[in-house]
Formats: sequence, structure tokens, C-alpha cells
Amino acid sequence: MGLWSLMEQFFQQLTNGLAVGGIYALIALGYTMVYGVLKLINFAHGDLFTIGAYLGLTLLTSLALNDYVGGFLGLFILAVMVMGLVGIIGILLERTAYRPLRQSPRLSAVVSALGASIFFQNAIMLIYGAKFYVYPQDLLPVVPINIFGLSIPLMRIIILLASVVMMIALYLFVQKTKIGTAIRAAAIDQGAARLMGIDVNFVIMIVFFIGPALGGAAGLMVGVYYGQINFTMGWIYGLKAFTAAILGGIGNIPGAMVGGLLLGVIEALGAAYISIAWKDAIAFFVLILILIVRPTGLLGERVAEKI
Amino acid sequence: MLLEIKDLHVKYGNVEVLHGINLEVGEGEIVTILGANGAGKSTTLLAISGLVKASQGEILFEGRPLHKLPAHQVVKARISQSPEGRRVFGTLTVQENINLGAYTITDKEQIARTRKWIYELFPRLDERKHQLAGTLSGGEQQMLAIGRALMSDPKILLLDEPSLGLAPLLVKAIFQTIQEINASGVTVVLVEQNAKAALRLAHRGYVLEVGNIILSGQADDLLTNPEVLDAYLGGS
Ligand SMILES: Nc1ncnc2c1ncn2[C@@H]1O[C@H](COP(=O)(O)OP(=O)(O)OP(=O)(O)O)[C@@H](O)[C@H]1O
Ligand SMILES: [Mg+2]
Repeated sequence: MGLWSLMEQFFQQLTNGLAVGGIYALIALGYTMVYGVLKLINFAHGDLFTIGAYLGLTLLTSLALNDYVGGFLGLFILAVMVMGLVGIIGILLERTAYRPLRQSPRLSAVVSALGASIFFQNAIMLIYGAKFYVYPQDLLPVVPINIFGLSIPLMRIIILLASVVMMIALYLFVQKTKIGTAIRAAAIDQGAARLMGIDVNFVIMIVFFIGPALGGAAGLMVGVYYGQINFTMGWIYGLKAFTAAILGGIGNIPGAMVGGLLLGVIEALGAAYISIAWKDAIAFFVLILILIVRPTGLLGERVAEKI
Repeated sequence: MLLEIKDLHVKYGNVEVLHGINLEVGEGEIVTILGANGAGKSTTLLAISGLVKASQGEILFEGRPLHKLPAHQVVKARISQSPEGRRVFGTLTVQENINLGAYTITDKEQIARTRKWIYELFPRLDERKHQLAGTLSGGEQQMLAIGRALMSDPKILLLDEPSLGLAPLLVKAIFQTIQEINASGVTVVLVEQNAKAALRLAHRGYVLEVGNIILSGQADDLLTNPEVLDAYLGGS
């Protein structure tokens, strides 16, 4: 192999890793934001991601969106609908499975989260069946995009751009808006947040809309990028995104973004240069490594808080 | 009366820590609540703010029942608190903390005006507004907690041990500032370990002992009351 083809392979894997990493990051944000305000791992989050993938497919086929608007606009409308619906499911999940247990011991909420996960997975299986579904592949014109002589699939670029845009939007929302600041405050000290006049229940509701909405978008992305979905897909993606959240420092929003992108790249390069068979194991190797070496994650606990 | 607490009982789990206290605060007053550790001073303030719920009794603010409101609406009703241990948001900047204090205020101009006043009250905060609150010194964090509580334009400001852990000079400065705040028209309820200084500042005082009010009166009278002298002012 010549140098050029080595370089080309590397950049193909890199862009692929970034696209997948963007998907991990979007899911990881849901884990990290919920953990921030409730100190709870929402084990049902991976299943909300799956629901996003299935809702996307159902809306695509039943509304025949592609026939009417097609292309980019169709995908955009689809994404907005999926995000809105999954966000609403997220709010309902919090109301029914978590809010009644807010004052109970931590373990009760964890068990409730696991129960919700099992419930969602079975509900999807009962509604859709246990088979694989295939997304339509003609959503976008198949034109490879040439960047510096590198031919990259259009869908990969769109996925990467869409996830980056959503992450920037979320970052600005959390950093610059009043509600965003309230979310950060509630994550630090709920009691003190209430003393500021913040309605913490409202903040939690917002978080349970945004997190699942981003997770749902990620599910849709997996559908359109890989073309194939299954009712158990939330398990492996959820675990990897959880790894990404831990990698970046659980509870830390920029951390989840960095962790997701990094994990995607590590995984893609690992699969290409070490062994494809190790692809899934790499994520867990990273998880174990981070837990041993730096349990606070890459961006965790940047500031020691004075009491 | 601006604030009336009638027969207030509060429980943590099954343990009752306030056994029916009565307390009144008039408009424009500084009222201090004194008492040993664990007497229930902080609990009383938390009950007013709605962070803990009354198991019995009522809290009336301008005649309306406050104890039925969730905590965030108490702030909207214009009672705010600088809590025990300051509880500033350490990973947010000083300015973000200050702005959060005005969470219930929608008038941008009013927010800017109050913020200016607070930065005049505590110039240190102005100098450090872009710094993370967690990196402030203890005294500066106390200023931030008070300033933040003032941002909601309260009628009543609840202060829980604002002098805790501060150097004597700073304690004096904080007490002077409390006087200024009161002079600007804010009613103050002050919980203090530093009984002498608190009674010098306050108009009236209450003495709390394991969940009951055992004494109350004009601050001057309490300062010379032998019981108070013995228990809280170190004799003489
Ligand atoms: N969250 C809680 N759960 C259980 N018990 C509590 C809780 N908070 C306070 N208590 C108990 O209630 C009683 C009153 O506590 P409180 O904090 O009101 O006292 P305080 O007068 O403010 O004391 P200090 O001067 O030490 O701050 C104490 O016996 C305390 O142990
Ligand atoms: Mg106390």
C-alpha cells in the first residue's frame, strides 16, 4: 500500500469514527444531564434511543415524507418530529417512574429505571416484532462528497454536522440562557436552587425532554446511517454512550460531547488497525481503564468546591 | 405583622425538632433568633422558605398562608434567604450566581439596578464577577450569598449565621452591611451564634432552646437579661 492509500484509510476511519462518536455523544448527553439533576443513571435511556429509531422509520413510511418534501427538508422535519415525540415520552417516564420515588432510597429509583428499560424494550418488541427493520436507502441522493480528494458519503457528513450543530445549540442553551443556568444550578444544589426561586420540578422536566429528544435523534441517525434497526439496539449503544459519559465525567455536559466523539474515533481506529472483532470490546476496555485511572472522567471535577 | 409564625411544628422523619413555636416579625425590623447548636434556628428559617414543611401550625406572610407554597413561590412572594453554609453555586461564576438570585424577576432594568447596588455594597464581588464562586474566600462567599439573596428584591431577608467563620473585622463589616440593607427598607431575620453582636444590631430577639422559644423581647432587654447573659453571652 502506498502512503496515499494509508492516509486515505486513516481519514475514512477518522470521519466514520467522528460520525459514530457524534451519535454516542448525543446519547451520552441524556445520561449526563439526567445524572446532573437527579444523580440517577437513567437505564431506560438506551431504549428511548431505540424508540427514536423506530418512530423515525414509522413516520418515514406512514407519512411518505420522502415523497412530499424529500431530501434534506424531509430529514429535518422527520428529526424534529422524532425529537419532540421521544422528548414527550421522556417527560412521561420521569413523571411515572422517577418522580414518585424522588424521596425514596436511591436503590428504588435504580430498580425503577431498570424496570422502565425492560418495559420499553418489550413494548417495542410487542408492537414491531423481534425482527430487524431496514430503513429506506434513497433518503438522499447518493453523491459522495469530495474533500481534499477524499470521497466521503453524504450521509456521514450530514450526521456529523447535525450532531455538532445540536451539541453547540445545547451548549449555548445551557451556558447562556436563564433556564440553562437554572439547570446547572439545580445540578449543583437543588435546595439552594429552590431558594433562588427556581422550580426544580420544571427544570427536571426540561432535562427529561432534552435528553431523550437528543437520544431519539441519535436513534434516527443510526437508522439512516446504518440502515438497520432492532429492538435490542439500545442496549449496546446505551452502554457505549454511558461509557462516553463516564469518559467525559458524568454530569459534565461538554465532557459527554468530548467523550462521545473520542470514543467513536478510538473505536473506529481500533477496529481498523487492531481488529474488527474487538470493536465492541474496545469501548468496555476504555470504560474499565477510565474507572481505574481517572474515575472522575476527563473533564470531571475541574474545580474543587470550597465548603 | 409582616410575618407571623403560629404554633409551628416541624419533623425530620419521625423526630420533631420544632415543638410549636410562635414568632412575629414587623415591617422594617431586624429580628434575631438565638440559640445553642441544634436548637432549631436553621429549621425555622427553612420552614419559612418552604424547604422543610410544617407538620402543624401556620406561617402567615402579610396575612396569607405561606406554608402552603412550594419553595420557589416563597421567593416570588418576596422572602429570600442566605442559607447556612452559604451554598453558593461553586462551579458557576460570581455573576451567574448573582443573576440566579434574580430568577423570579423579569424586569431587566430592575435586575441591572439591583445588581449595581449589590456591587456597591460588596465591591469585592464586582472585582471578581467572572471568577468561579467556588474559588472565592469564605468571607467573599458570604457576601455573594447575601448579595444573591437580595437580587430577588425581598421584603424579608433571612440570614442564617452570616458571620460564621469570618475574621472579626469582616464580621463587623457584614453587620454594618446588614444595617444598611435594613435601612434601605428590607426587613431582616437574623440567626446568629454571635449573640452579643446580633442583639446590638437587632430590634428584637427570640431565644430558642431545643425546639421551643423560651425567651423573647426587645434586644436591649435581652442584652441585659441574666439568663441570656449566662447562656449565650459568656456570663458577666
Ligand atoms: N435534614 C435533617 N434530618 C434530620 N435531622 C435534622 C436535619 N436537619 C436538622 N436536623 C436536626 O434538627 C435539629 C435542629 O437543627 P437545626 O439545624 O435547625 O439547628 P440550629 O439551631 O440551626 O443549629 P446550629 O446552630 O448548629 O446551626 C437538630 O437536632 C438536628 O440534628
Ligand atoms: Mg443552623
